[in-house]
Amino acid sequence: MPEIDKLATPDFSNWSCPLPLADYPTIVMGHGGGGKLGNELVEHLFLPAFRNPALENLGDAAVLSLTGKDGGSGRIAMSTDSFVVQPLFFPGGSIGELAVNGTVNDLAVSGAIPKYLSASFILEEGFPLAQLAAIVESMAAAANTAGVQIVTGDTKVVERGHGDGCYINTAGIGVLRDGINVGPHLAKPGDAILVSGTIGDHGMAIMSVREGLEFESQIRSDCAALNGLIDAVLTAAGPSVHAMRDPTRGGLSSTLNEIANSSNVGVHIDEARVPVLTEVQSACELLGLDPVYVANEGKAVFFVAPEAADLVLATLRDHPLGRNAALIGHVTSQHRGMLVARTIMGSNRVIAPQIGEQLPRIC
Amino acid sequence: MKYLTEFRNGEVAQRIAREIHAITTRHWKIMEVCGGQTHSIIKNGIDQMLPSGPTASVEMIHGPGCPVCVTPLELIDKALAIAAQPGVIFCSFGDMLRVPGTDSDLFQVKGAGGDVRIVYSPLDAVDLAARNPDKQVVFFGVGFETTAPANAMSVHVAKRRGLKNFSLLVSHVLVPPAISAILDSPGNQVQAFLLAGHVSSVMGYWEYPPLAEKYKIPLVVTGFEPLDLLDGIRRAVIQLEKGSHEVENAYERIVTFEGNQHAQKLLAEVFEVTDRAWRGIGVIPNSGWRLAPAYQEFDAEARFQIQGIHTVESALCRAGDVLRGAIKPAECAAFGKQCTPRHPLGATMVSSEGACAAYFNYGRFLSVDELATAGSALSNA
Repeated sequence: MPEIDKLATPDFSNWSCPLPLADYPTIVMGHGGGGKLGNELVEHLFLPAFRNPALENLGDAAVLSLTGKDGGSGRIAMSTDSFVVQPLFFPGGSIGELAVNGTVNDLAVSGAIPKYLSASFILEEGFPLAQLAAIVESMAAAANTAGVQIVTGDTKVVERGHGDGCYINTAGIGVLRDGINVGPHLAKPGDAILVSGTIGDHGMAIMSVREGLEFESQIRSDCAALNGLIDAVLTAAGPSVHAMRDPTRGGLSSTLNEIANSSNVGVHIDEARVPVLTEVQSACELLGLDPVYVANEGKAVFFVAPEAADLVLATLRDHPLGRNAALIGHVTSQHRGMLVARTIMGSNRVIAPQIGEQLPRIC
Repeated sequence: MKYLTEFRNGEVAQRIAREIHAITTRHWKIMEVCGGQTHSIIKNGIDQMLPSGPTASVEMIHGPGCPVCVTPLELIDKALAIAAQPGVIFCSFGDMLRVPGTDSDLFQVKGAGGDVRIVYSPLDAVDLAARNPDKQVVFFGVGFETTAPANAMSVHVAKRRGLKNFSLLVSHVLVPPAISAILDSPGNQVQAFLLAGHVSSVMGYWEYPPLAEKYKIPLVVTGFEPLDLLDGIRRAVIQLEKGSHEVENAYERIVTFEGNQHAQKLLAEVFEVTDRAWRGIGVIPNSGWRLAPAYQEFDAEARFQIQGIHTVESALCRAGDVLRGAIKPAECAAFGKQCTPRHPLGATMVSSEGACAAYFNYGRFLSVDELATAGSALSNA
């Protein structure tokens, strides 16, 4: 893990913008115009929050080093993701944390050590600067926790009515470890399947605060950077890990169906073993949703050689983000390309990939 | 919430299933009326737990109780035409959005610029109307007796608040006439019914004793959890074996004989009984509700006067046969081929309560043997 610049965590809890930004308590078109206002946003907001040597040059591109002890095999992984979540702040997180953790997790499940991120903001005219500051603060904190640096970025402003407050894109690069070879196409018959904790928390946390659907609940998003957890697993059982995925949109079902397809194997899980919080299960019942289709932002699924299953499970449970980890199933050479679940009644059913959005039902 | 575990206990389920096996001496066909029950049966594999021998069997036939599925194509096309109009905010429950009309669906109308919104309660649509006085807000009020009270409440509230820009595109259907229609049909095979638990929570079951008497058929009010369903089936089989024809309540924790009196009073005020066309089935006399004269001003069909609707049903789709219980979804030639949830030919493949969607999503195009082998191979792995 690189040394994190301790200066990079200013306190934004009572943030107010120094002059002349205070002239504009909200985003105006000029903030994206490439001129003085935009520069002020960088100098007063982004740079103090994300400060690191690569960013401080404020060049058109960050110049990075991936050699030395961090260099590994010299192979790098790269990923990008865009974040358009509504609401921007929700129980357990915000769009800023999602933007950092989402890209960190995509790199981590590819077997890479996440290093550097870019951050691009598309802001709507009129968006309150105080909210932007809170988002940036949460990104800085998330980057700090994940041990990555935000080294380059961009801001654009769109006219009022042409955006939804704040969209964020992050891209990231990480270095691949020697001797680790994971991918969704590498699951093998006999592999054990583990999930790092309860499923559906993020999706239901968002649902509980979505306009028109607010319901009282204690459900919090599981939004978290998984690189530490994955590092622990790879350190303990590296070559035995064949595939990893973070089951985000489309939930556990999409992830397991994708791996079944990519690896041309059958995936079989035991429904009773899939950990689901009671609150999440209840909220899903209320809305007619199935937790296996609901999004997660801080969970990983592991396909590991059967002899490593116990070790990986113990390693996961030793980590703060893996306390509720469970062995949920196995890979089989039958029903290739399909996800089949043993139901609580003891029968079997196919869990099909989701088509489009999951829609709350009529009654 | 204990019901999540209490009514899904696998051991108790096996025990009830064994009891059903022990008491079944002949071939019985039981229809579950409600689409929610169909999904629970298929999702939990309850049909696989029932007797299926050469001399004794219990076969579940899936009924027409999916509100999305039986909504007439013409009304869906009207909804699409209204939703596409400028100045209209068209509100619907989520699972109506993907139901195909003749040429389009509500998602496509939304994509093309129509203001289509998913709401979770018709009262949210009334609030939208109050907040947007320059827009016409239309709620797509479909469903059985379960959704009717909330829809009735929406026009009741809109009238009280004096809202002139709210209307209801209404196509309500009723369970008892559908049961009569199924039992009157010449090829009927159904020997007992599991009555829909949620419908009965609103309506009670006072309407059913005359039906049980007229058709000499057991009717069991049944819930949706695995143990509810197995208990409903068990009680129906006991009656069938005895030759009795009672109305029984196997969902006592929710349903009373009288039902929800407040809701029924409101329904009687807002709606009146009418003939309704059921998609795939045809017109059933006195099988639905429309707005009563006192609430006519809230009728979206009258307000928008949509003309020139030419509906064309897919020639391949056999949703009607599925809804009548004449065939199982996988027996339709288009099932899983031309017709999938991604490209549905009929509503039964779309709705979360549609029988075709249940069969497709839970893999019932595979044989039971294929699934079973998959499972046992796994436990040995």
